[in-house]
Amino acid sequence: MTVRRFLLLAPGLAWLTALLIVPCGLIFVLGFFERGVYGGIDYTFTSENFTRAADPLYAGIFLYSARIALTAVLVSLLIGYPAAYCIAKQPKRRQVPLLILVMMPFWSNYLIRTYAWIVLLNREGLINGALQNMGAIAAPLPLLYNDFAIVVGLVYGYVPFMILALYSSISKLGPELSEASTDLGADGARTFLRITLPLTLPGIAAGSVFVFVLSIGNFVTPDLLGGGKRTMLGNLIYDQFLTARDWPFGATLAFLLVAVMMLLLTLQAVLVHRSAGAEMRA
Amino acid sequence: MKWLQAHLGLVYLFLYGPIVVLIVLSFNRAGLPTVWTGFSTEWYGKLFANQKIINAVQNSLIVAFASTVISTVVGTLLAMGMEERRPHPALEALVAAPMIIPDIVLAIALLSFFSLLKMTLGLHSIVLAHAVFNIAFVCTVVRTRFKHFDRSIVEASIDLGAGAFTTFRRVTLPVIAPGVIAAALLAFTLSIDEFIIAYFTAGPGSSSTTFPMQIYAMIRFGVTPEINAVATIVMGVSFVLVFLSQRLNREAAA
Repeated sequence: MTVRRFLLLAPGLAWLTALLIVPCGLIFVLGFFERGVYGGIDYTFTSENFTRAADPLYAGIFLYSARIALTAVLVSLLIGYPAAYCIAKQPKRRQVPLLILVMMPFWSNYLIRTYAWIVLLNREGLINGALQNMGAIAAPLPLLYNDFAIVVGLVYGYVPFMILALYSSISKLGPELSEASTDLGADGARTFLRITLPLTLPGIAAGSVFVFVLSIGNFVTPDLLGGGKRTMLGNLIYDQFLTARDWPFGATLAFLLVAVMMLLLTLQAVLVHRSAGAEMRA
Repeated sequence: MKWLQAHLGLVYLFLYGPIVVLIVLSFNRAGLPTVWTGFSTEWYGKLFANQKIINAVQNSLIVAFASTVISTVVGTLLAMGMEERRPHPALEALVAAPMIIPDIVLAIALLSFFSLLKMTLGLHSIVLAHAVFNIAFVCTVVRTRFKHFDRSIVEASIDLGAGAFTTFRRVTLPVIAPGVIAAALLAFTLSIDEFIIAYFTAGPGSSSTTFPMQIYAMIRFGVTPEINAVATIVMGVSFVLVFLSQRLNREAAA
């Protein structure tokens, strides 16, 4: 490495090492210590935190979070795929503005975008009000402070990522293959299922991993839209650090979250690799 | 194709409808979501009279400004270093990590780390923390500018006798400048809107409450028309910054 290149890289490397790698390594290590009497850390080795995480209570929270996150992934896919497909089929010069329009909300405050759904979904909210004025319902529907509201909030927050990931996969697809498929007598649905869908699998995987990981670790949305009644993994970690003050256990849970994320990213990378291989052979 | 376009229209409605509702309600005299009782700006007036909000905004501006300055310098240098030759995959992963890792994990990792060092928490610790993801963001945005960069002009400049610094100032910087400014605007936006990491690294006490932390407290307290006014201003500022950033980067790329 030249001196010049070293000097350019050094400040960034130092910053990210000191404030990203070391703290994340610390989280891994913390999980093997005991909780101190007054909420601090007692530096005696234990594997109890990991056994405790497998306790049905916590395993249940983990499964519940995974179920909510998976629902958010599926809904985002159903909404996002046709949208991404439509953008990819627009004239070239219109695609970028349309994508910027999709990503724009991401750049604004997440809390406020979540809050908007409280205004829309609450008992005296806009949706219930409108439905009652139309006479469609007699009493307000329970739209807020339940799983439904959490999923709506997560999809609202993360569907832009899904669309972006799907778009980058779909836009790589030339028209030749679908044309060939149609020429050979396949109808639209068959062409989509046998050609388009398998070839855009990497995009589906990338978008799904993104939405899943962001959802399962979220604590703002369950807190504000779930009314704090249901605990997701993010809330559990939050509680261990700020309420229960059991940092070692909180660190263990965070470590497990990262482990799940790494596993999914690896699976996704393998999938991309394999589909790239398949394309080469085709 | 027709129904696809209709679907896309609905997706935009889904994305922007709630935002538009908040903006409209912020000008509603009664502040109630269901009935329009006339145009009013009184909620904005109330906002500017609220000392807590003013303090929180000041804190957020300080944090965003400081972390943007740090990350723009450090991130740009990092991008230049990475573009000199093909970077090691580990380096690529290191730069991608802050953007992939869940906020809550980074938040508790930094909190644990700071308390291990027995550091006093406050605005400065939020700045240190925000710079982590902002360095990664700036680096990534600036690196895309290098895709249009013809390396031979740097060699030409050096052949003609210019020093490293002159070459940077007169040759490299003008080419990457739009990317650097765009990246700085995005970093500022990210920092000023960031809640989770700031919440964990701000420490106890209200002296280092940032604007999103104040918004969170207000939302948990209940729906009030004041939040609609806050929302409208925050959305407006973010959209302007991002719009400017996109404009800059696109014009330069063309």
